[in-house]
Amino acid sequence: MSAQSYTSTNSPNSLMARRIAEVVESTSTSFLAQCYQLDGAPALGGLVRTDSPDIYGVVGRVTTEPLDSARPVLARGEDADSEEDVTRHNPQLARLLTSRFEVIISGHVEDGVIRQYLPPRPPRVHSFVYSCSSEEICLFTTRLDLLRLLLNSGAPHADEIVGACIRQAAPSHGQPDDFLAQACRNLAVELSGDVARLSAIIQRVTP
Amino acid sequence: MTQHHETNRYEAHGLSNGHVDPAQGQPLGMVIEGSVANGVEVRLDPGVSVEQIKVGTFITIQGTGNRFFGVVTDVGLGSTDPRLKYTPLPVDDSFVLQALQGTIAFGTVSILPQLTMPDVLGDDLRPAAAKSIPSHFSRSFIASQQDVEMVFGGEADGNFWIGSPLDMETKLCLDLGELVKRSMGVFGKSGTGKTFLTRLLLAGILQSGQSSSLIFDMHSEYGWQGQDTDKGVTVKGLKQLFGAKVSTFTLDEEHSRRRGLSTDETVQLGFNHIEPQDIELLRESLNLSEVAASAAYNLREKYGEESWLEEFLAAGRGGSLLELAEELQVNAGALRALYNRMGRFTRHGFMVEHSRVDTASRIIEHLERGQHVVLEFGRYGDDEAAYILVSNLLTRRIHRKYVEAKESAVGGAGKEPRPLVIVIEEAHKFLSPSVASQTIFGIIARELRKYNVTLMVIDQRPSGIDSEVLSQVGTRFSCLLDNERDIDAVLSGTPGSRALRSVLSRLESKQQALVFGHALPLPVVVRIREYGPKFYETIQGGGDSEEEKKRKVEELFGG
Repeated sequence: MSAQSYTSTNSPNSLMARRIAEVVESTSTSFLAQCYQLDGAPALGGLVRTDSPDIYGVVGRVTTEPLDSARPVLARGEDADSEEDVTRHNPQLARLLTSRFEVIISGHVEDGVIRQYLPPRPPRVHSFVYSCSSEEICLFTTRLDLLRLLLNSGAPHADEIVGACIRQAAPSHGQPDDFLAQACRNLAVELSGDVARLSAIIQRVTP
Repeated sequence: MTQHHETNRYEAHGLSNGHVDPAQGQPLGMVIEGSVANGVEVRLDPGVSVEQIKVGTFITIQGTGNRFFGVVTDVGLGSTDPRLKYTPLPVDDSFVLQALQGTIAFGTVSILPQLTMPDVLGDDLRPAAAKSIPSHFSRSFIASQQDVEMVFGGEADGNFWIGSPLDMETKLCLDLGELVKRSMGVFGKSGTGKTFLTRLLLAGILQSGQSSSLIFDMHSEYGWQGQDTDKGVTVKGLKQLFGAKVSTFTLDEEHSRRRGLSTDETVQLGFNHIEPQDIELLRESLNLSEVAASAAYNLREKYGEESWLEEFLAAGRGGSLLELAEELQVNAGALRALYNRMGRFTRHGFMVEHSRVDTASRIIEHLERGQHVVLEFGRYGDDEAAYILVSNLLTRRIHRKYVEAKESAVGGAGKEPRPLVIVIEEAHKFLSPSVASQTIFGIIARELRKYNVTLMVIDQRPSGIDSEVLSQVGTRFSCLLDNERDIDAVLSGTPGSRALRSVLSRLESKQQALVFGHALPLPVVVRIREYGPKFYETIQGGGDSEEEKKRKVEELFGG
């Protein structure tokens, strides 16, 4: 049993409602997505997916930056009373800035079965990126082979991503404590040679 | 076919399905390394705590083609990360510790596989000595009651229930027939229950009726009644349990009478029964020099076998020791020392100048009738020299008769002598390396199995026993020992002794014994059965075995 049978319960409409971004850069191990809304990126460690092909990934790094890198952002709130005032008085800002996030690919669906290893091809550029529903998260994280992909992703803060991912997935499960315990045991197997690192991650996960 | 069956069973105990078969016992973990010489190492499953597993527990291991039966010899803690012990961990965060438990930090159990078990028991399918080890990842289980019975045999097969294995209620049984075929030893430091264990074994031997026994009862504990000093109660002796099957002889009639015991015979030894070898044996306890002891041989040469001691003592009393020394060409001082010591010794109540009653023959008569003889020493029990002398003297004569009887039986002129177990306490005094070659017990231990006589030695200092003799002790019962040399001595010549060491030194100080050797398929720690009213009931309900009844009828009516 190396995979979970997968049946998508998502109707196209509900999927569209969860559309948040679009792939703008793509590699075998990760892709970069640009949000439709400024600050509309999912949380660090959150599970997102693309559609056709169904590729799942975990949010590894979120950036909000100027669209034109030649035009640095200037501080504008010196005379404003609140942060909201800054946006209200500079409506153009939302068009000059953009939020992007990097997704570490953690699995895909192949013939209706969830596989927690890299897909043969990364998502195409301009694929839509959707956030995942609670059921989807629960189903995808029934197995936790993705932890290995995350730990070995080479991201400088991989431990943080792993911790955040487990934390975020836990509420989707019927027995969050059991899920956490199982996740920690899986981590222990992956990090059997590095108890200090393991301990640090588990402490980030502890309820 | 068998192979096929095995495979099915192996699959039924699949690696991770957590399924528990009632016949298989609680699952423990899987084999991760090992060798035939050192046993296998099992990594415990995450849910199993090391604290649940005790040294000495029986384990079964389901290999791919065989089922192994073994015993836990060590329990340890392991880790996948050697840095674990140096890494500071949040000790109060139970969540972290729980996650590490069973994954990075785990328990290990060392198991010595001793037997391979057949799938189905049959006539030709008995557990056999394991000559290999289970393969990697074989699952191990705590042995079930069924397994233990399969290995040690049940009470129903005529075996004697001696106690239970650790943490189990199963009756652990001994094949007494096998037990008495070789010499046996009961060891343990004082107060660990040697006497109770011996009583129990003797009761078993008596009940089975397969052999006679002669007990040199140093402290008058076995014949009539004994004391349980811990509980402050008296316990029944063999005579009380078995009545007419047991004859009691005493060296000290007065002592026996005071204890309310009517003895069958009073032992008297004549000077004529003492031989120079006996003096040699007593050298240490009488504090005699080698020269003095060997003067006895000269005296025998001079005065003859029957009356050398009598004449020597008379000469001493007459004041002619100096002339005698000159005549015999021995040191006068040595001869005087011999005279003094023997003079003192022969004043014991049981010594007479000339005894016409041959106590040894009387004892043999009783033994041949299928009775068991307890020889009580009364107040002489504390006199080491008396104990050594009497037991040697009698045993030598009994030995002689047994050899004669056996030889004529081999020649077709008589019937086989009835198997005999001779019980001696403080065995290191008879069997120390310096005297073992001379005493009759040394000879019995080495060769008398051929003549149907075996020894049961009871001792608290097994290191004092000659190693050659000890190697002939087939079955050993060892209660707690803490002296390194004693432990070495008891385990000498036993396969896997290194592993047994840790078991032996961790026995509880009461009612526990490590039993190993000839009569058992593998070493086992036994929680000795209670010797008390419940036990008496089983004895009195038991009576003679069928074989014994038939023998008695034949004897009575000459059938």
